[in-house]
Amino acid sequence: MSLTIEETKVRNKELIAEVLKAYPEKSAKRRAKHLDVHEEGQSECDVKSNIKSLPGVMTIRGCAYAGSKGVVWGPIKDMIHISHGPVGCGQYSWASRRNYYIGTTGIDSFGTMQFTSDFQEKDIVFGGDKKLEKIMDEIQVLFPLNKGITVQSECPIGLIGDDIEAVSKKKSKEYGGKTIVPVRCEGFRGVSQSLGHHIANDAIRDWVFEKTDADKNKFEATPYDVAIIGDYNIGGDAWSSRILLEEMGLRVIAQWSGDGTIAELENTPKAKLNILHCYRSMNYISRYMEEKYGIPWVEYNFFGPSKIEASLREIASHFDDKIKEGAERVIAKYKVLTDAVIAKYQPRLKDKTVMLFVGGLRPRHVIGAYEDLGMNVVGTGYEFGHNDDYQRTTHYVKDGTLIYDDVTGYEFEKFVEKIQPDLVGSGIKEKYVFQKMGVPFRQMHSWDYSGPYHGYDGFAIFARDMDMAINSPVWALTKAPWKK
Amino acid sequence: MSQNAEKVIDHEMLFREPEYVEMFAKKKEQFEFAFPVEKMEEIREWTKSKEYQDLNFAREGLTVNPAKACQPLGAVFAAVGFAKTLPFVHGSQGCVAYYRSHFSRHFKEPTSCVSSSMTEDAAVFGGLNNMVDGLQNAYNLYKPDMIAVSTTCMAEVIGDDLGSFIRTAKQKGSVTEDFDVPYAHTPAFVGSHITGYDNALKGVLTHFWEGKERTPNESINFIGGFDGNVVGNMPEIRRILDLFGADYTVVCDPSDVWNTPTDGEFRMYDGGTTKDEVKRALNAKATLSFQGFSTEKTTKYIAETGQEVVSLYHPMGVAGTDKFLMEISRLTGKPIPESLEKERGRLMDAIADSSAHIHGKKFALYGDPDLMLGMTAFLLELGAEPVHVLSTNGGPEWAEKVQALFDASPFGAGCHVYPKKDLWHMRSLLFTEPVDLLIGNTYGKYLERDCNVPLVRMGFPIFDRHHYHRFPIWGYEGSLRVMVSILDEIFEALDANTIDTAKTDYSYDIIR
Repeated sequence: MSLTIEETKVRNKELIAEVLKAYPEKSAKRRAKHLDVHEEGQSECDVKSNIKSLPGVMTIRGCAYAGSKGVVWGPIKDMIHISHGPVGCGQYSWASRRNYYIGTTGIDSFGTMQFTSDFQEKDIVFGGDKKLEKIMDEIQVLFPLNKGITVQSECPIGLIGDDIEAVSKKKSKEYGGKTIVPVRCEGFRGVSQSLGHHIANDAIRDWVFEKTDADKNKFEATPYDVAIIGDYNIGGDAWSSRILLEEMGLRVIAQWSGDGTIAELENTPKAKLNILHCYRSMNYISRYMEEKYGIPWVEYNFFGPSKIEASLREIASHFDDKIKEGAERVIAKYKVLTDAVIAKYQPRLKDKTVMLFVGGLRPRHVIGAYEDLGMNVVGTGYEFGHNDDYQRTTHYVKDGTLIYDDVTGYEFEKFVEKIQPDLVGSGIKEKYVFQKMGVPFRQMHSWDYSGPYHGYDGFAIFARDMDMAINSPVWALTKAPWKK
Repeated sequence: MSQNAEKVIDHEMLFREPEYVEMFAKKKEQFEFAFPVEKMEEIREWTKSKEYQDLNFAREGLTVNPAKACQPLGAVFAAVGFAKTLPFVHGSQGCVAYYRSHFSRHFKEPTSCVSSSMTEDAAVFGGLNNMVDGLQNAYNLYKPDMIAVSTTCMAEVIGDDLGSFIRTAKQKGSVTEDFDVPYAHTPAFVGSHITGYDNALKGVLTHFWEGKERTPNESINFIGGFDGNVVGNMPEIRRILDLFGADYTVVCDPSDVWNTPTDGEFRMYDGGTTKDEVKRALNAKATLSFQGFSTEKTTKYIAETGQEVVSLYHPMGVAGTDKFLMEISRLTGKPIPESLEKERGRLMDAIADSSAHIHGKKFALYGDPDLMLGMTAFLLELGAEPVHVLSTNGGPEWAEKVQALFDASPFGAGCHVYPKKDLWHMRSLLFTEPVDLLIGNTYGKYLERDCNVPLVRMGFPIFDRHHYHRFPIWGYEGSLRVMVSILDEIFEALDANTIDTAKTDYSYDIIR
């Protein structure tokens, strides 16, 4: 028995009022601004975003370090990223984001390693600059094929007054102009991962673009050069995207930053078009390249055939007929696959409902893929989205959708309990809460160790995964028969 | 196009399809400006050399692939071991997201924990307001019986004083005056996760015991220490103590909250040591700590209350478990139950059946200091040679204890202990002095790949195998399981090495 749109809106509004009752008055007032029911025709979802989380509420958010080291910089495979500070941050973010790459780890690639300055009390008291210098020297000896070093600041660095910029400059000079990038991504900066993305983008601008010798890494440019921006190659996402772009006749000269290299970053200003997947984490550098080098950028969405098709055409519209024809050829070629995928899975998934809570892109970007399978997203929200993300979200969500920004553990649990969606898509911290409740779940950060989900090859995996979550026989067995 | 709707190809095989392989080659050749393959191979070979090992061991600043985490992680572990207790970490919020993820990846369970979400303004003015609001919000939303506070390095660097902050928060009505908010300062730049466990546990005991009169009784306390197998180990310990008919209190037991059923209900809290049990534990005649290095300050504090304290070092295997049981027997005055004697005999039986396959095999192992002591002793007992025993969070005192184990066994000759070293040191050791098997946590799989040595997964965290944490590795039964997991790897390696048809498969035996 499904509710009408008007009934859904009433139910959702009641639900919001109900969860707010649990908070102390001051906190309820603040949380109220983050929760809303979408009204069709609104130009933006009417929620506040990108502001401080309330203490003690069990926010799902992370920190600036996670945004810089974990997201933007970490996947650059031929550089060594030092987690600068105590041991924990680097340990918990060690190889956990599934940024796939090809390379000989420990020799010419370093993606799944944990380099830390492992701060001790004396480093806090006397400062860590000397230790950082020593660490860079040791890296040069033990990892001679590293193509550069980044310093990913943890909380103490900014508090004890270390000058990591001076150390980086000094050491870069000593090693003949080696790329050494200090990143001020201390975890207490900003309100979430988001500021870390921005700081990391700025660090690329200031310490890579500004310092790159134009004659380094020379290659012949072509009119069809593009860079993939904001794809972290989780489970191989950037690869199943790149292959489509190349098939349509484009040449991908850089991947930011999944399976990426410093040379690719350095050469990106030679691109004709930057194509941006994760707007939230890399719009900053895209805008900068537009201003500085006149490179236009276009957002695209490679989740699900409808959005892929539209995106391929949008990207092609920036090029000549050869590319436009290429796009049509690619669309036609893969139609056989996507038709077969939809024919197989849509009957099993039709009208199933989904609630999402992910980072800065997927709460809207994956909606089309679900709809291609006949499913409906009935609630969504961003861990660290901004106002411009919520504006973009209006083009994706349906009337009456429940919107929750920076949702707390309490709210999310209550929402799901009441709405009883057929699937929840969120992160590892949420996964087991909902599975215990008997609600099928997929991790939508790590693809639950599956993927890729991008591109046509990825869509087949996505459809299969959603089906195996929702239609698994386990959900019919969670209640003991004598208790039903 | 290789993808197929009928039989979906996953990442593992998809990227081996020719169109992808070609794409990778082109990407590398045209855009990566990588070093030539010969150069890469040359350096790879060099990293296997003694020369490289010497440079590697000369490191003074850099840590690469450590086998330890930071204090507050251990503090959260300790906090969830108490009934209806919400861990509250004062400092930056990202840390808490990391602890929760880390535990959930290991236990495949939810881990509830809140942060006081300190940001730049708190860095300047201190985090008092965060504590005041945080305690109030957490209390109202999650209705705990107790909130156990610890700190991230941010709060420690700016010098926030938990005791006075909590007092102020109570005065401001965040929680009632009599609501229990034990706390511990847990700076990430001191010690490791086991230190955090220790500090947080001591914080809880201090909160309930300080200023209280002790009335000794005949009960004993059991403390497990930070333990990745806690879900399996703790019920095993209870079973053993029940068999003795002992009057006991397990102090800190997260084995229920990390082992809740999937039956339609999410239990944020389940099981754990109750406040009454903690209060009662003051009166015990003795406390038995299973992991001495994980409970150094706690056991010292307990001893100061007048209790006898027995600190063991993760006793495993036959002699280790014997000692554990004899201590229980001595402390409780109860004889070792016959059924446990029988279990001992069964473990001996299994060892006698299988030891030929382990005898003389060389092992490398790494992990928390207590686990390493227990495992080293067990391996020596099996006639194996633990030639590299390494711990990132074990110091000189730990190394002496390991050395003493080596010295007491003929199989310890030629074995070495490596305190304060990391897995990149271990990599060098595995090249210059290869072993038959490696024992360690999930991160050891990179060594398995680089050094071609089979990995027996043990310790914390284990992310890439499911449900190991559900099974005990303590007691005779647990030790049997440990031995079976070692044997499995030995037999797997033997089968893999003899599987080539008409070349090696004469040794591909049906009976081993």
